[in-house]
Amino acid sequence: MSNLLFKNRHPGTTTFLDGYRNTGGYQGLEKALREMTPAEIRDLVKASGLRGRGGAGFSTGLKWSFFPVDMPGDKYLVCNGDEMEPGTFKDRTLLEADPHQLVEGIVIAAYALHISTGFIFLRHAYSQARANLERAITEAREAGLIGRNILGTDFSFELLIHGSAGRYICGEETGLLNGLEGKRPNPRSKPPFPAVKGLFAKPTLLNNVETLANVQHIVIGGAEWFSGLARTEEGAGTKLFCLSGHLNRTGCIELPLGIPLGELVEEHGGGVWQDRRFKACLPGGASTPYLTAEHFDTPMDYAPLEAVKTRLGTGGLVVFDDRTCMVAATLNLQRFFARESCGWCTPCRDGLPMVCWVLEKIERGEGTAEDLEMLRGLVKNINGRTFCALALGAMGPVDGLLRHFEQELVDHIKLGRCPLKQG
Amino acid sequence: MTTLLPQEEIADLQQRIAAAHEPREMIVDILLAIQARHRWVSDEGIELTADLLGLSPLQVEEVATFYDKVYRRPVGEKVIHVCDSICCWSRGSEAVYRHLQQRLAIAPGETTADGLFTLLPTCCLGACDLGPAMRIGTRLYGNLTPEKVDEILARERGEKQP
Repeated sequence: MSNLLFKNRHPGTTTFLDGYRNTGGYQGLEKALREMTPAEIRDLVKASGLRGRGGAGFSTGLKWSFFPVDMPGDKYLVCNGDEMEPGTFKDRTLLEADPHQLVEGIVIAAYALHISTGFIFLRHAYSQARANLERAITEAREAGLIGRNILGTDFSFELLIHGSAGRYICGEETGLLNGLEGKRPNPRSKPPFPAVKGLFAKPTLLNNVETLANVQHIVIGGAEWFSGLARTEEGAGTKLFCLSGHLNRTGCIELPLGIPLGELVEEHGGGVWQDRRFKACLPGGASTPYLTAEHFDTPMDYAPLEAVKTRLGTGGLVVFDDRTCMVAATLNLQRFFARESCGWCTPCRDGLPMVCWVLEKIERGEGTAEDLEMLRGLVKNINGRTFCALALGAMGPVDGLLRHFEQELVDHIKLGRCPLKQG
Repeated sequence: MTTLLPQEEIADLQQRIAAAHEPREMIVDILLAIQARHRWVSDEGIELTADLLGLSPLQVEEVATFYDKVYRRPVGEKVIHVCDSICCWSRGSEAVYRHLQQRLAIAPGETTADGLFTLLPTCCLGACDLGPAMRIGTRLYGNLTPEKVDEILARERGEKQP
């Protein structure tokens, strides 16, 4: 079944307008503009159960329902393509394969929300994706799918690309807006939310690349069909899962939401590499608490993963084999978050380096029972005390470490060395 | 100051600034345009950007120093960014990074004596399936091993930056 977003993905090539149209491309836009009112599309997306694919997993339809569609004046749609969560490369894969998937989704979303200008915020490293999008936008403009009076209707929409210059915090929606405005991309305090006061202080809708690329499929297939694609009762749609780490087969693959973790690892990832055993994974990118082999039956969907105290995140599965020291892995993650902290608020700017310091000490074999308590205290004191979710995300794996690998931390302290280090 | 970019390029940027929703939105594009010609953005580059956008140099500086792909210090002809995030780490990026430092005889942040390579770490390149990965200029290299790094360095030494 399950290829919607990846239906035109052919290794080594990019599908542009002709190829995209050959498999039904832009029929969703035709249907939306000719047969549906904006309100009908908003209702449809809400009924489909689509949830944000960028990490937070908020209901897309609900987010759209908060948008002040009837407010006069400028309103913006911003597509978040600052994919930088370690373990995540789905937006890159999609844009390298089939950029019109995103363009069509954006134009329908803009029509549904009465928006006439859109920006795609794209990370610096994705130069191929950018070139593809530039070509796709030009093609769409020449074909009357972007610009004035799209498909001869009275709907007009312009789509622009903003290239960034590399910082993880730009994926945070308000940091992104500051970056797009040409300011230092520190996050803003909320409220006001971007739907009220976003880009250039105007109402702004922000959605992830993958989220928007689902819209035309929902318009064509309907809400019931879309929610039926998932393998869980409450889930909806497919997901671009990214497989990395200690797997035999790494890569990005589109599968129904709700596929059990074990199936994803064994069947699609080809199992753990080098005939080793599965020890742990980050189920949805660097900021999601670990799972272990005990969780192989857990469906990879928003609610079931929350039930085991982690998150689907971006769908970036990072697997660790049984020779991995989880203290060292967590330390690597904390160094990433500490370096990428924008420095705006103290618990993040100063707290994350302290987490690194404690983990370094434990990994070196110099940790004490007090250090373990300090680590718990840091998690407690950092969580919920920052403007944005960067530090909260950073504490995800530390929380997972403390819950699933406490004994490994204790062993480091008792032995006075890393029990997994060879020689 | 205007010698930093050719007159035609300044005119082109001015046109794009005039067409932008807000001039300031163009700040990263201008910084990267200067960098494309000079490899890095000098104080004069900050002043030129400020001038073009009607901002103070400080307003430009706080943006320029924020992004890690805007270089505020001189770099070599080719900048090597080695991913040190979790997926690449899990597949041996530390050994690759050490090997690069040894082969180039520089520490992270330094430039080789011949001015060819600067070595820097980077966060996740979105190439987790190809880890360990690095970028040299805009070229991505994946599935790195120390042996493969030697081949890549030899090839990169043999050609000019595109």
